[in-house]
Amino acid sequence: MKQQLNTYRLSNGLVLLGEHMPWLRSAAFTFLVPSGTCYAPPELCGLASLASEMSQRGCGPYDSRQFLEELDFLGVERTSSITTHHTSFSCAMPSSAFERTLELYSHMVRRPHLPEDQLEDARQLGFQDLRALEDEPSHRCFNELKRFRFPQPFGRTAQGTLEGLQSIQIDDVREFCANNLHASDSILAVAGNFKWSEVCEAVERALGDWNGPATKTLPKLEPLSGGRHTDHASNQTHLALAYDCVPYESPDYYKTRALVGILSDGMSSRLFTEVREKRGLVYSVFATCFSLAGKGSVLCYAGTTTNRAEETLHVLLETIHSLGSGVSEDELARLKVRIKSALVMEQESSAARSHQIAVDWFHLGRVPTRAEVLSEIDSLTCEGLLDHFNAHRPNNFALVTVGSQPLELPGGIVDA
Amino acid sequence: MELLTHKSISGPEIIALCDPAAFTTSVGWFVNTGARDESPELAGVSHFLEHMVFKGTKRRSAEQVNSELDHLGAQSNAFTSEESTVFHACVLPECQDQAVDLLTDIMRPSLREEDFQTERQVVLEEIAMYDDQPPYGAMERAMELFFGEHSLGRRVLGTTETVSEMTIEQMVQYHKQRYTLDNMILVASGKVDFQRLVEQTESLVGSWRGRSSPRQTHLPKFGISSEIIERQASHQQYTVKIWPGVGCNDPSRYALRLLASVIADESGSRLFWELIDTGLAETAALWPQFFQECGCIVGYLCCAPEDTEENTDIIQRVFQQVIDEGVTQRELDLARNKIVSSLILSDERPSNRLFALGQSWLARKRYDPLDAVLARYAAVTPDELREVAVQTLSPTPTTVQVVHVE
Repeated sequence: MKQQLNTYRLSNGLVLLGEHMPWLRSAAFTFLVPSGTCYAPPELCGLASLASEMSQRGCGPYDSRQFLEELDFLGVERTSSITTHHTSFSCAMPSSAFERTLELYSHMVRRPHLPEDQLEDARQLGFQDLRALEDEPSHRCFNELKRFRFPQPFGRTAQGTLEGLQSIQIDDVREFCANNLHASDSILAVAGNFKWSEVCEAVERALGDWNGPATKTLPKLEPLSGGRHTDHASNQTHLALAYDCVPYESPDYYKTRALVGILSDGMSSRLFTEVREKRGLVYSVFATCFSLAGKGSVLCYAGTTTNRAEETLHVLLETIHSLGSGVSEDELARLKVRIKSALVMEQESSAARSHQIAVDWFHLGRVPTRAEVLSEIDSLTCEGLLDHFNAHRPNNFALVTVGSQPLELPGGIVDA
Repeated sequence: MELLTHKSISGPEIIALCDPAAFTTSVGWFVNTGARDESPELAGVSHFLEHMVFKGTKRRSAEQVNSELDHLGAQSNAFTSEESTVFHACVLPECQDQAVDLLTDIMRPSLREEDFQTERQVVLEEIAMYDDQPPYGAMERAMELFFGEHSLGRRVLGTTETVSEMTIEQMVQYHKQRYTLDNMILVASGKVDFQRLVEQTESLVGSWRGRSSPRQTHLPKFGISSEIIERQASHQQYTVKIWPGVGCNDPSRYALRLLASVIADESGSRLFWELIDTGLAETAALWPQFFQECGCIVGYLCCAPEDTEENTDIIQRVFQQVIDEGVTQRELDLARNKIVSSLILSDERPSNRLFALGQSWLARKRYDPLDAVLARYAAVTPDELREVAVQTLSPTPTTVQVVHVE
C-alpha cells in the first residue's frame, strides 16, 4: 500500500507530521516538547520530570481529576517520558477521540495550572521513583552509564537527584514551563486513521497561536571514556558498556545500525550466540545504537552472576571486535530480511509509527519513506560494512558496573 | 475476519482467525502444560524445556533453528505460565510455510545432554536476575503460601535447587508425557492460507504418537499466612497480598476485571487518587489471575518503609468502602471505557489476536469475537461489582512483605 506522509509547519514553528493508515481503527500521536532534562538549571536535577508531573495536575478549564477522567472516558492509552531533549507525550486512541484528546493535551502544554498546593505531592512521587530505581540494578546501571559518559547537561537522568528534587520551588516549575513548553522546536507526529485536512485544522485551532521563547542553545557534547562501579547487594553483576559510533544524522548511520544488528538483532546474532547460547553466561545480553546531541554511542548490556562477570566482559569485547573479521553474506541476508519485516509490521501499529516519524524528524529534519529505508538496506554489502567498521573502530569505551564487585576494562581497550 | 477450525481423528486441533487484508501472519503452538503440571522436585521443568525446544531437532541444529527464525524475519518468542507453554512467530504472509515447518519441527527437540548443561546455566542466570529485581521473589513466595500444596503454587522458573538437580532424562520423560497432539493446538491469525496450514501441519505431525493424561484439577485450600523476606539494601518496601478470585470460565470475571480497574488502575482509580497522586506510594496495583478451576487477586504495594503501615490501612479502607457501598456508575463507565479501548487497540495487531485466540481456546475451547467480549463488559452493572468485591476482597489475604535489613 502506498505510504502517505504529510508535513505541515505552523507559523509558530510547530511541526506537524502525519502518516495516514486507513486500515486501522486507531489514531496515535507522539508530541515532543523541548522541555528535557538538559534545559533545567544544574542544581535542580529532576525539574523536567517534576514539571511534567505538575502540568498534568490541572490545566485550562479542568482540575486534575477532571483532566484525567476526561482522558479515561475517551479511552486514551497514554504515557509520558522525559529524555535529554524532550518531554514526550504519547497517546493512542480510537480515531474518533483524536481531536478531543489533542484539545486536552493542548491545554496541558499551554495552560497548566501548576498548583502550589500540589507541589509537595508531586515531589514525593519523584522521591518514590528515585528509591524504586535504586532497587532495580539493570535500570540503575544504564542511568549510571548516562551520568558517567555524558557530561553536563547531557548526562542528567529523568529521575534527577534527591538534592535536586528537594531544592525545587514552585517558581522554578513555573519558570521552567514558561521557558520550555513552547511551539518552536516542538514536534507533533500523528499516525493512524484520520483525515489530514481535519488534523491540520484541529492543530491550528488548538496550537496555532501557541508561542514562547526560542529553545536554548546547548554546548557541544564530548562523550567520556573510562569506568565506574556502583556497589549493590545482588546476585548478578550488571555491565553497561558504551563506545563511539556514527550518529543517527550521519549518512553512514545504516551501516553502524547494521553492524549493531549483526551483534544483537535476533537469536542468531553474535552476542546472543557467543555470550548466551555457547557459554550460558547470561540470560540477557544486547547492544543498541543511541544518539545524543549529534554523537553516536553503541550501548551494550549483560547481566551475569558475579563470579562470571569478568569472563562475560571478555567475551562481550571479543565479540564486538570480531566484526573486524568481516560479516558473512548469510548474516547480512538475515539482517536485511529482519529489518524489512519490521518495516512491514510497523504498519500494524499507529503508536509505533507515530513515535518513529517523530524521532526521524527530530534527528534528520525529515521523515525517510519506507521505500528510501528499504533502498538503503538493500544497498548494504559485507565489504561496505567491513570498511565502515575499520574506519570507525570501536573506541572511547566507557564501562559501568552495578553489583557486589567492581570490574575493570582490560588494559589498553580504552584507546583501542 | 473469519474463524476457521479443523480437527482430524489423530491430528492436533488447528484454529485460525483469518484476515485477508492483514500485513502479517502469526502462528503459534499452544501447549497445554505449565508449572502446575510438574511434580515438586521437577519445579521449573516446563520453563526449562521451553528453552531447550530451541536447541535443535533431528533435522536442524540449534544454530540452524535460530538462524532460520531470523532468515524468516520473524518476530518470535516463547513463554511459560502456570498452565501453558507457547511458541510463536509473526512473519510476512509469504513465509507461512517455513514458519509452520520450523515451529512444528522444534516441538520435537533433540534434548541433548550437552545443550542441557549449557542451557541450565542460562536458566539459573534468569532466576538470579529475577531474584535481584523487586519485589525479590515476593510474588512467587506469596503464590506458594496462598496455594499451599496445590500445584498452582509452583514457581514457573523453579528454584536454583530444582533446576540444578534436574536431569535430561526427567525432561525427556516430561516432554513425552505433555507435548502430545491431544494436548497442543496450532493457532494462526492475520493473513492465513488455512487449507495449506492444515495440509502441511497434518503431514508434519503424522508420525507423532502418545497421549497426555488429563490435568488433575481440584479446588485448593487457600492459605492466609504472612511472611517477611529480609533483603539487604532495598530502599523501598514491597508488599504482595493474594485474595481468592474466580476461575477462567466464571461469568463474573468481567466484573472482577472492572473492579480491579475501579480500585487500582494506574490512572484515575481510587487508589491512584489516594496513594499515587498524593505521592504516598510508587505503585499500588491490583489484578486478577484466572486459572482453570479457580483464581486469585494479587495486590502489590511499593512505597517507603515508613509509609507501609499507613498505606495498608488506606487500601483496607478503600476496599471496605467498595464492599459496603459499591461503586458509582461513573466509575464503572470510566473503567469500562479504558478496558474497551485497550482491547480495541490491542486487537489491531494479528500477533495480539493470536494470544487472545490461543488462550481462549485452551481455557474454554471457544473464541468470542471482540464485539462479543465488548458486549459482556457493557452488560456489567455496579451491583455486580459490589457482589464480586464482597466475594473476593472480604477474606483475609496471604501477605508477603520485603523489608530492608543492613
